[in-house]
Amino acid sequence: MYKYDDFDHAIVNARVDEFRDQVARRVAGELSEDAFKPLRLMNGLYLQLHAYMLRVAIPYGTLSADQLRMLAHIARSYDKNYAHFTTRQNIQYNWIKLAEAPDLLADLARVEMQAIQTSGNCIRNITTDQFAGATAEEVADPRPYAELLRQYSTFHPEFSFLPRKFKIALTAAPHDRAAIKLHDIGLELYKNATGDIGWRVFVGGGMGRTPIIGKVLREFLPQAYFLGYIEAIMRVYNRYGRRDNIYKARIKILVHELGLEEFHRQVDAEWADIQKTFAEPPAVELERISAFFVNPTFETIATPVAIYDDARKTNPAFDHWVERNVCAHKQQGYSIVTISLKAVGEIPGDASADQMDTIAALADQYSFSDVRVTHEQNLVLPHVRQIDLFALWEKLKDIGLASDNVGLASDIIACPGMDYCSLANARSIPIAQDIAKRLAPIERSTGELKIKISGCINACGHHHAGHIGILGVDKKGEENYQLSLGGSAAEDTTLSTILGPGFDADGVVNAVEKIVACFNTIKRDNERFLDTYRRVGTAPFKEAVYG
Amino acid sequence: MTKPEPLPRILNANDLATGDVVYWSGSKWTRHIAEAEMIADNDAADALGKTEMAARRVVDVYPFEVNFENGVPVPARYRERVRSLGPSVRLDLGKQAGE
Repeated sequence: MYKYDDFDHAIVNARVDEFRDQVARRVAGELSEDAFKPLRLMNGLYLQLHAYMLRVAIPYGTLSADQLRMLAHIARSYDKNYAHFTTRQNIQYNWIKLAEAPDLLADLARVEMQAIQTSGNCIRNITTDQFAGATAEEVADPRPYAELLRQYSTFHPEFSFLPRKFKIALTAAPHDRAAIKLHDIGLELYKNATGDIGWRVFVGGGMGRTPIIGKVLREFLPQAYFLGYIEAIMRVYNRYGRRDNIYKARIKILVHELGLEEFHRQVDAEWADIQKTFAEPPAVELERISAFFVNPTFETIATPVAIYDDARKTNPAFDHWVERNVCAHKQQGYSIVTISLKAVGEIPGDASADQMDTIAALADQYSFSDVRVTHEQNLVLPHVRQIDLFALWEKLKDIGLASDNVGLASDIIACPGMDYCSLANARSIPIAQDIAKRLAPIERSTGELKIKISGCINACGHHHAGHIGILGVDKKGEENYQLSLGGSAAEDTTLSTILGPGFDADGVVNAVEKIVACFNTIKRDNERFLDTYRRVGTAPFKEAVYG
Repeated sequence: MTKPEPLPRILNANDLATGDVVYWSGSKWTRHIAEAEMIADNDAADALGKTEMAARRVVDVYPFEVNFENGVPVPARYRERVRSLGPSVRLDLGKQAGE
């Protein structure tokens, strides 16, 4: 993975020193809260329902074992022994003290981590496929480009005060695990008919109060023009994005209001102008960055691996876990392992300091010290020898992280909701816990089902993209939940459709159970929930829920 | 139809240094909602909030409605109840756990 150079270290350490000074001046009364708030937010420090919350960036969801150990240390030393992995591949701490935040950031900097641009109207953490560099599906590893974008966007003076926050996601595989069409810019690296590799550029996607699927702005962008073209998009948005209305400030609204054709024309004009002066990074720079993402030294392993196959045949629980949590690796004899942070009844995305330490040790032992964070709030060990899978599974069981539910009903995305978030109108986590408990007994026979829950219209829980989406709202001071069906964040991206009137907390859990029961009676063979929904529409589910 | 009587309100904020939720007791900020004093004068409460923020003791001061049960204020809205207790999904954390 990428290693900071002297310049990276210098700017991050300088930022820590600067924030330490800002905190001291705030406490001493030299800075008002109005002056200080944007400064703390630029360093990822929010004020939430119970305390300060720090959001730490995990660039493109890639962590080393040492970094994960540091995150565990921070949970122990500055928080309450746990943290929360988010839908943007970041991590959040919920109980931070202002005076301790600079020391915390200094600790993070020691392992080349920071909280810069995890808030504010700037280019946020770049996200990508959690299987990058491990899956055979991809045409190239997208992370060098993500790192290039990270460096380009960090402290970019022109893009530090955009009309609104800006999210970019990349993938290099046809199976989209990064929800690229639901980002301000989505980038898909692919090989065209003539064998050249380049980017399909999507623009104007997003969730929130106005969900829109990103549109193709450029069908094929040669890699050589990667940054210049993104700069052209950013400039058009920065110049014409609405600053008069926060609800209309995202690029998706600009694209919608201008129309794709006119937006495209403006970007092309800007791009033509940029090319007179903009210097793409020299090839040697991308090569320098790419060198940090070369394959680890894989062993040559003959397959099939008898011990692994035998363990699957003789241990059904292990076999179930492999079936759900283990994916094909590009290297023969290796697998990609998803560690579910969704044990039934537990809080989606939360991990204790002890669990983080153990996963770091397992990454050292089994996965070249490499850990990934998924936008579905799970962790990944990307390079595990098949011969080691059984031992790994047993060790995960010891720390309560061997749930065999990836992609099933209890693998629920849930935002922190009103248990932590000051913006939320309703709780998300207890709804997720209750649904998981209710559906766990039938989830294997139900098959793939993605349930996503947000505690407010901002949609951090991606409810618009849920096969079953749940949105918590405030109805005359009471929590109320709207159900919607048919969303997807994958390559077949769709937005979910509201089913009907909302429910209270118990009611929505009952309604979800009825929807799943209905699905199980009408599905054909091994049809996924989403495919059944697309075949039959809302009618049978409405009937099941509302009678 | 008669308009319902407005509910009594109390003042809360976050402690500047710790971020902890605190309530105005009439003479100082307290971590315990049971010690909170009802707002008698809205203008005075606004002024108090501004003074206390300027004094760098607290941030984000705002009033909210409560019902008094056995003399103890209980937030009318669930959001403020969660804030006064701690996460409903982690009963081992926050004021509900005696922290």
